Amino acid sequence: MNVPVSWYLVLAAVLFAIGTVGALTRRNGISIFLSIEVMLNGANLTLIAYARQFESHVGQVIVFFVMAVAAAEAALGLALFIAVFRQRHTIDLNRINLLRY
Amino acid sequence: MELLAFLIFAFLAVASALVVVAHKNPVYSTMALVVTLFSVAVLFVLLGSPFIGVLQVLIYTGAIVVLFLFVIMLLNIGREESQLAGHKPQFFASILGAIVFGGLVIFTLLNVATTPAPGGPSTELVSLEGLANTLFKEYLLPFEIIGLLLLVAVIGATVAARRTQPGESTTGVAEPPKEEAQP
Repeated sequence: MNVPVSWYLVLAAVLFAIGTVGALTRRNGISIFLSIEVMLNGANLTLIAYARQFESHVGQVIVFFVMAVAAAEAALGLALFIAVFRQRHTIDLNRINLLRY
Repeated sequence: MELLAFLIFAFLAVASALVVVAHKNPVYSTMALVVTLFSVAVLFVLLGSPFIGVLQVLIYTGAIVVLFLFVIMLLNIGREESQLAGHKPQFFASILGAIVFGGLVIFTLLNVATTPAPGGPSTELVSLEGLANTLFKEYLLPFEIIGLLLLVAVIGATVAARRTQPGESTTGVAEPPKEEAQP
């Protein structure tokens, strides 16, 4: 039996919502990054599901670009965390509050 | 058959995503993220995009997750220190917001895209040739720009993570030289 495309879309929405909760509630910088990766995967799953529905390659191409941007984001963000850790000796976001308020 | 595979891997993806979000130890979170990424890669293959599924395994679990693990072990981050102490309203607000958001998205999707998948994915969709034609003809300029972006990201990451020497003249990006360095 074929699975309707909308089931994949619902699964993608659930993944995105889980990632949102993680990015909003966690206080560890690395954990927030991991949650953002889950959100990106939800978005990618939506794009691939619509590529399947419309029989188009454009969705796959966009997912390719999103993966490249995610790789760049992970490299830069982790480098920033290393730089911050050298200065403050923590990446707990409650304690990195120089720009808060 | 496809239904069975979908149910198994959808359950795996959601369960391991919950572990990613909920676990205190970042190393276990990263390992659970590997399971999520593999499950989503299987779903990509089910949706007729085997090349993207392979890329997902190669780039995400091969490069990005290894980078995460490397940084976690380099910085020696243990369990989270301040864990939502005194932030209960924020926690409940985020849960509520996510439920409302997810419900809205699911409701919209169920109303808009209920067309069932006809047959299997066509051979044209699965073929690598069609993907390459789209990528290297229609989307050639964005492809080049993505290459440039990756180059800039590599340079930026190197500069940001570089340890500045005390006597070294900084380039304006790093911190200015300290006053007490010159006696």
